[in-house]
Amino acid sequence: MNATNNSGPMGGNRIVPSAPASAASAVSRISAKDVTVHYGEKQAIFGVSMEVPEKSVTAFIGPSGCGKSTFLRCFNRMNDTIEGCKVGGKITIDGEDIYDPSLDVVELRARVGMVFQKPNPFPKSIYDNIAYGPRIHGLVKNKAETDELVESSLKKAGLWKEVHDRLDAPGTGLSGGQQQRLCIARTIATGPEVILMDEPCSALDPIATSIVEDLIHELKEQYTIIIVTHSMQQAARVSQKTAFFHLGKLIEYGETEQIFVNPKEKQTEAYITGRIG
Amino acid sequence: MTSVLIAVLVLALLGIAYSQGVSRSRLLAGQTRLHSRPQYHGALVALWAVLPLLVLLLVWLLASGMAQDWYIASQLPVEILPGTTEYASAAARLRNIASGFGVAGEAAEWEATAGAALAQFNTVLMLAIVALGAVLGVVGMLYMRSRLTARTRARNHVEAFIKAALIFCSVVAILTTVGIVVSLVTETVRFFTFVSPFEFFFGTVWNPGYSTTSNEASGSYGMLPLLVGTVMISLIAMLVALPVGLMSAIWLTQYANPKLRNAIKPVIEILAGIPTIVYGFFALVTVGPALSGLGDVLGFGINATSALTAGIVMGIMIIPFISSLSDDIIRQVPRTMRDGSLGLGATKAETIRMVIVPAALPGIVGAILLAVSRAIGETMIVVLAAGNAPILRFDPTEPTSTFTVTIVTALTGDADFASPQSLVAFALGLTLFVITLLLNIGALAIVRKYREQYE
Repeated sequence: MNATNNSGPMGGNRIVPSAPASAASAVSRISAKDVTVHYGEKQAIFGVSMEVPEKSVTAFIGPSGCGKSTFLRCFNRMNDTIEGCKVGGKITIDGEDIYDPSLDVVELRARVGMVFQKPNPFPKSIYDNIAYGPRIHGLVKNKAETDELVESSLKKAGLWKEVHDRLDAPGTGLSGGQQQRLCIARTIATGPEVILMDEPCSALDPIATSIVEDLIHELKEQYTIIIVTHSMQQAARVSQKTAFFHLGKLIEYGETEQIFVNPKEKQTEAYITGRIG
Repeated sequence: MTSVLIAVLVLALLGIAYSQGVSRSRLLAGQTRLHSRPQYHGALVALWAVLPLLVLLLVWLLASGMAQDWYIASQLPVEILPGTTEYASAAARLRNIASGFGVAGEAAEWEATAGAALAQFNTVLMLAIVALGAVLGVVGMLYMRSRLTARTRARNHVEAFIKAALIFCSVVAILTTVGIVVSLVTETVRFFTFVSPFEFFFGTVWNPGYSTTSNEASGSYGMLPLLVGTVMISLIAMLVALPVGLMSAIWLTQYANPKLRNAIKPVIEILAGIPTIVYGFFALVTVGPALSGLGDVLGFGINATSALTAGIVMGIMIIPFISSLSDDIIRQVPRTMRDGSLGLGATKAETIRMVIVPAALPGIVGAILLAVSRAIGETMIVVLAAGNAPILRFDPTEPTSTFTVTIVTALTGDADFASPQSLVAFALGLTLFVITLLLNIGALAIVRKYREQYE
């Protein structure tokens, strides 16, 4: 799967997480209680509750269709854009109910950024891609401020060296991995506190994947990150806490090391050892 | 009668030959493995039965006129010399008697006899051809049937025939286009022997003087008034159609819930199904008087038939065109792009204005150009609603005229077909053709470029 990890993924071999588990003991800032999601008549998420710690990486794993992406999209209310989708239960960020009718969803999405599965730069220049969010939220007042923010965002996303001399080039002209980092830079530029990543590396090659993973490591110093991934190795490499979903239910949630080394639930163990999925 | 006979003959041959081929093939199958399945053998035998007949009929179509001419020459009295106008009119009278159209005045006795003889000659010739065709068909069928073996590559032959038939159809389509262009060009060249191209393209007065029937160019043939009228009406039409069409497309794709959209889209598309002549009525009976009344209220005169009336109604006609094309194009903008913008906290309107419309813009421009070429070529609405006044002026409240209307006028009058008054229609048609062609090429180039962007 990845050049940096040679341990066999399946067949009982344990995968040892690379990150120290102690980072996950921070205070929780996102809290979900009895969250349910319905698509029309069909229920996709069944009463999920969890506490997500601050400034760390939390990974959602599970087989396709288990509801992990759907659950992720509850945190910035992207499910609102899907016809017939209903979210129940309660989600709070810093104690604030994000499904409160008085909450402004535009403000929420500025605080909770999202990186999508497929890199989706706008058909604009690299510069305008980054400046898009800050401009609509009025975070920058003039050209100099915008320049500065674009540069710092690209630097944080580790893309500055590669693109600093062609900021006017279209963002769609970059390679897949660069596009994904551009999308991360774009998200950072609006100054979020939480970044949601929905399988950010599934469209990337192993080298680009490893660059993005290193980036995630750095970003967790400043941001609370929730990442959905298909790759258990990736979850083991980047996350401090891991949640395993199956058929719309949260089966097990705990320290990444514990989940991978010593899962409490049979289903988790079966998934990790490759027997379901 | 004749065509029914031929059709029955062809169908019968097809049926018989096909079943002959299939049964023969089944027989062969007993002995060894077939190269092609029995249907292909049947089809091959059927082709051999019908193709000679069809070729013969085609030859006859081209040659029957010559045979008739030869027969008529033998029937006409020797006093009438070939090559004279007298000869041509006598021959035409005979043809009309033979085909049962009848002729002006009383037919002379010799004419009646000769006409009847010609009719009989035609019938006999036709029957002979059909009989010959039937014989050829049967011979072809029997020949191919006897040649069938298990290894006959019938599938390959049938495939080759299908390919040839497809090429033939494409060639017909291309040649038709070429033929139309050539006839436009030659007639236009003839027109330019009467009127200089400079006068035509840059003249500001349109007054061909239809009252005179002389072959001299007595009037003025400046096309600028028509160009201005055409552009003005198209412009007004686009001013109406573009905002309404585009915004309805945006609403349908981005805001309307699917049930509502499924109910509304067909209603908008019904507009596209209304014949343009009906729009013409609507312009003449409803919009024109309404605009004129509105002008009275506002204190300035608006003619009931004017560029404004025609343009507004044409715009309404084009709305579904723009709306449905833009709808498709906007729908092609990937959903991930929309999600990306919403995920950054942009509102729906910001997303549409700053991401979706810019991404779809090249496609939308292509749609607009296609709509413009449609507007320029539109005739019936303008005939009824624009007042047919080919005068160079830029006031949309006054009557005006366009290329298409002027072509109709030029060809439906009783002017001699070889006169510049009629020939000018071809020059106008060619100009219109070139303008529309350029617009379409531009539109297609833009649409193609747009397609590449997301692939």
